[in-house]
Amino acid sequence: MKALASWFHRRGWRELIIGIPYLWLTLFFLIPFLIVVAMSVATRTPTAPPFGYGGENPILNFEGYGRLFTETLYIRAFVTSLMNAAIATLFCLALGYPMALGLTRVSKSWRNILLMLVILPFWTSFLLRVYAWMGLMGRNSWFNSMLTDAWNFVVPQAYTLNSIPMMNTNFAVILVMVYTYLPFMILPLYANLERLDPVLDEAAMDLGSRPFQVFRDVTLPQSIPGIIAGGMLVFIPAAGELVIPSLVGNPSSPMIGRIISDEFAQVRDWPMASTVAVALLILMVGPTMLYARYQQKAESAGAEDKP
Amino acid sequence: MSDPAPFIRIEGVSKRFGHFEAVRDVNLTIGKGEIFALLGGSGCGKTTLLRMLAGFETPTSGRIYIDGQDMADTAPWDRPVHMMFQSYAIFPHMSVEKNIAYGLKHEKLTAAQRAARVGEMLALVQLTPFAKRKPHQISGGQRQRVALARALARQPKVLLLDEPLAALDKKLREHTQFELMSIQQRTGVTFVVVTHDQEEAMTLADRIAVMDKGEVKQVGPANEIYEYPNSRFVAGFIGAISTYPGRVIRLTGDIAEIDIPAMEGTFAARSLPGLTEGQQVTVALRPEKIAISKTCPDAVNVVEGQVKDLAYFGKDSLYRVTLPGGELISVHAVNARRASESGRPADWDDRVWLSFEPASAIILTD
Repeated sequence: MKALASWFHRRGWRELIIGIPYLWLTLFFLIPFLIVVAMSVATRTPTAPPFGYGGENPILNFEGYGRLFTETLYIRAFVTSLMNAAIATLFCLALGYPMALGLTRVSKSWRNILLMLVILPFWTSFLLRVYAWMGLMGRNSWFNSMLTDAWNFVVPQAYTLNSIPMMNTNFAVILVMVYTYLPFMILPLYANLERLDPVLDEAAMDLGSRPFQVFRDVTLPQSIPGIIAGGMLVFIPAAGELVIPSLVGNPSSPMIGRIISDEFAQVRDWPMASTVAVALLILMVGPTMLYARYQQKAESAGAEDKP
Repeated sequence: MSDPAPFIRIEGVSKRFGHFEAVRDVNLTIGKGEIFALLGGSGCGKTTLLRMLAGFETPTSGRIYIDGQDMADTAPWDRPVHMMFQSYAIFPHMSVEKNIAYGLKHEKLTAAQRAARVGEMLALVQLTPFAKRKPHQISGGQRQRVALARALARQPKVLLLDEPLAALDKKLREHTQFELMSIQQRTGVTFVVVTHDQEEAMTLADRIAVMDKGEVKQVGPANEIYEYPNSRFVAGFIGAISTYPGRVIRLTGDIAEIDIPAMEGTFAARSLPGLTEGQQVTVALRPEKIAISKTCPDAVNVVEGQVKDLAYFGKDSLYRVTLPGGELISVHAVNARRASESGRPADWDDRVWLSFEPASAIILTD
């Protein structure tokens, strides 16, 4: 008892404070995840809840995992999800990098205004913004007719269109995902680029590099942790995205989020839904580990850089 | 040392930032192979002038020539000038070796030639064993040498050094100072050093330009600037000095007799060309040029005073003596003789006589 009290006195508070996030993760991530894993190896039954173990079925049923690799629905959904997420991430990077770099090069007062503008969309409902895009992409919107006119102006007569079919396509999904997730790319990139010492650019210039070479040799290599961080923040939620493909996507090529939702709610095949969820998580763990590793590396390098 | 041929010519250069004039009508020539120091307090324009030489700032007016070429339309990456930055600006994502090799990729060299040059530079700054290390794995002094090697690798015509020793501790600074001088001698590159540290400027540089409020106040070798300052600012900035207002009474030959109210008397000082009788001037005296004694010496300029304060350092002593007019004068005396056990050559509140030679008194007219 006395030993316990003295331990608590010496390191108890520290351990307790460090323990809180672990406790949180255990309660709200690890345990629910283990429940999902357990459900994924159950068998679908017509009872409530709609799954069970044993009886006439095998106690552990791995049939769902087999179906992942055999049924084209799942394979296609995974491919569509990963492709859409990858394309959206690349577009976010291509758009976000110059914006983040620009943010570091403008005056302090402008920087605050522009950063506010980056965050501003979060102040309105996400659903509202997706509905706004649906309106814009619709066949009768000014946006669509403007794009159609532009298209008709450049292409030969044979290819002219009455309107561009944008709604319910993968294009729409990627467009809205890029729009939605762009701030998640810009902010970590900005945080990374802002920490770089502008004197390094001058040093490179002084040693004979033109501005593009300075970017390639000095800015870009140092911003890799930011690119990875932003990429992960966009790619991971985009791959599991449910709302955007449900509202603007092509129903005949659903993304993985839609599959999970449908299996749970419509088909009431909880084991299969759990299987898909576990598979998605395993697919995402790889990139997440990569992200964690880069962040750790960046942090340790940053810590040692300080004089 | 004879006057070297001008290699860098700065002609009427000014730089304005908005309403602030950072550099005002600077004219300087710097010789080939010279170590030239720009010395001044913070905000005197020395760094702006250096950045204009590097090409990071464009002069608002005036011209800069390096090796006979007008630099007005030459971008920083095309100038035969490399800079050692105050913060060293070493690329943190590259090894020591890669840092040094960075500038070389813009030259047409074979891989072997490049490696040889890098090896040569590593040897020059004694960093060969650290070639593969990352910048955060080496010490501050080593980083400074990486910066130097990187700037010298492309064999620039001019090396600009922005406060090269400011970030080093005192012991390392003295060592590095001599290392810099020996590297300069071996490479023959023209060095332009910006510093706020007068001692650094005086030991390193062949010639010094003292700057204040964007203007060059005086240019010359260290001894000239110390012994013959041309203004009260330069006299006060370099070393310790006591200054007193006075009036020229009579000019005879190269001696001016000056009435100094603070000393309640007339004193002889070496005259300046252009001095007129009746002119108001300032007389400046370096502490070490004044002799102190407890008996009245046989000298031209003698003034009586009372010791107000003294600091005994062992090998020398610093006295603060009250002059007849009530003002204070600093006197620096070497304790050449062993003091008797009973006391010091002069003690607190002692009556003392101060004397100085006419040639040691500096007349300032500004």
